[in-house]
Amino acid sequence: MKKIKDLLNRYSHWVLLAPFLACFTVFILLPVLCAVGLSFTRFDTVQFPEFIGLDNYISIFTQDRDFMQHVLPNTIVYALAVGPGGYLLSFMLAWLLSQLSKWPRTVLAIVIYSPSILGNVALAVVWGVLFSGDSNGYLNRMLLAWNVIEEPILWLTSPQYLMPIMIFVGLWSSMGVGFLAMLSGILNVNPELYEAAAIDGVHSRLQEIWYVTIPAIKPQMLFGAVMALVGTFNSPGMGVALSGSNPTPQYAGQLIVNHMDDYGFLRYEMGYAAALSVVLLILVWLSSRVAYRLFGESDD
Amino acid sequence: MAKHSVIKTAPEKFKADQIWTYLILLPVIVIMLLPVLYVLFHAFKPMDELFAYPPRFITLRPTLDNFKRLFAMADTSNWPVTLYIFNSLVSTVCVVVGALLMCAAAGYVLSKKNFRGKRTIQRLNQAALMFVPVAVAVPRFLIIKQLGLMNSFWSQILPLLAMPVGLFLVQQFIDQLPNSLLEAAQIDGCSDYGILFRIVIPIIKPALATVAILAFQSAWSSVEASQMFIDSEKIKTFAYYMSAVTSPTGNTVDGQAMAAAAAVIMFVPNVVLFVLMQSKVMNTVAHSGIK
Repeated sequence: MKKIKDLLNRYSHWVLLAPFLACFTVFILLPVLCAVGLSFTRFDTVQFPEFIGLDNYISIFTQDRDFMQHVLPNTIVYALAVGPGGYLLSFMLAWLLSQLSKWPRTVLAIVIYSPSILGNVALAVVWGVLFSGDSNGYLNRMLLAWNVIEEPILWLTSPQYLMPIMIFVGLWSSMGVGFLAMLSGILNVNPELYEAAAIDGVHSRLQEIWYVTIPAIKPQMLFGAVMALVGTFNSPGMGVALSGSNPTPQYAGQLIVNHMDDYGFLRYEMGYAAALSVVLLILVWLSSRVAYRLFGESDD
Repeated sequence: MAKHSVIKTAPEKFKADQIWTYLILLPVIVIMLLPVLYVLFHAFKPMDELFAYPPRFITLRPTLDNFKRLFAMADTSNWPVTLYIFNSLVSTVCVVVGALLMCAAAGYVLSKKNFRGKRTIQRLNQAALMFVPVAVAVPRFLIIKQLGLMNSFWSQILPLLAMPVGLFLVQQFIDQLPNSLLEAAQIDGCSDYGILFRIVIPIIKPALATVAILAFQSAWSSVEASQMFIDSEKIKTFAYYMSAVTSPTGNTVDGQAMAAAAAVIMFVPNVVLFVLMQSKVMNTVAHSGIK
């Protein structure tokens, strides 16, 4: 008994780490490694995976026309619009809020944050109705009443509108933890920095933001950027949910995640789906490199 | 003379020059708020207002009819909706408590103890901040299958427990605690477990509140397990039930109203939690910076 107690105290750090490490390994690390491993195989979930080298990757980039023509460009467009776009927006909103006094600031922060909670829940209820394709949809009715359009537009099933709508909804629900981090970062900037900067010849608000605020909250900016990235790539199947079909109409709103679901769970080509997820993980990693370059203090 | 424009962040009270800020914020606030209000209003609309033409945004005579119909509809299927809510509650509580304990314990060790491999784990976790669960849906599915967790209630809980963001926030928060405090306890003969439970956890409550909110959000709205890992209806979650109820009926006026009612049930606990704890959250994310 005493021996066990001694051991527990001696290796207390590993004991305390163990639960987290176990879950982390099984559900985060292992799936990633597993995806990499499976991506070199052909696997239909019934037979044992068959090693086929780089064939999956070669097919993705040379034979999968949907991927190169629609899925990859869509993902990049969506990610650029909602990632950096949403990020800039959340910085601007955070800065504007920081100029207000406590009560209005708190209330407005909650208002801006709440869509990120409602997020996916609201897809069907709100956006389905607002953008509904018949003349009962709010947007159609409004445009019809104002004589902007003559016929109701099929917003969610027309290829040319689906992507902009996805970007809009993505931006709407992107003010999450990263936004809160930047807001509280800005609120905690030492006021003396601004006074010192004013003496040094900083005159305008923009200069203050550029030379004082941003450098002072760089760590929070980086945290916010990483959160924005994850949020962007982690919005699964929005296009599918909005348009009601996978693949989305003419692949207009198809992102890598949907393509992966399509191959993994509809066609049971797990190896191919795994290769797609590796491509996605590499995309996420590359974008995070950019964020670290911009805001990181050390290069690691 | 140049205009002296020292920023006054977080001013004490309203001043005239804040009007510009409000004016710029106004359209954004409206866009953010309208969909949320729409769901709230829609959920409480009586039948005749739902079918009103042209539709009205504001609910004049709020009722609970949509909620009643949502619950009644579940009664006609095999399991009552309360069962799904119960499942959601149980799995959410387990995830929140589990994630909190894990993050607190791991955060304490990674912040205050020195041992080999510590830096590697910290780096791994920081890299995992950008982990995108949906990207590895396929291998996760295979792992759950291999572990024999298919059709088990554990599959609702276990995959959500490890939260890199949670550990990161907690660790950054513990970094702020003075070492002398912990050393004093050590000298008094307190073990690491004692230090964790008696000293660290009580002090880091704001960070834990933040993690609790994040864990709550991810568990309460999780449909992954119910959709992919579980066949048996009786252990599925309310979030899943809601998506199942609303998608086939979503295009009818009636279905939309029930979907709105379900959305309110999903959304309100989250917001209430956040409103209650928002000052703690702000306090925590202030230390969230990545250096």
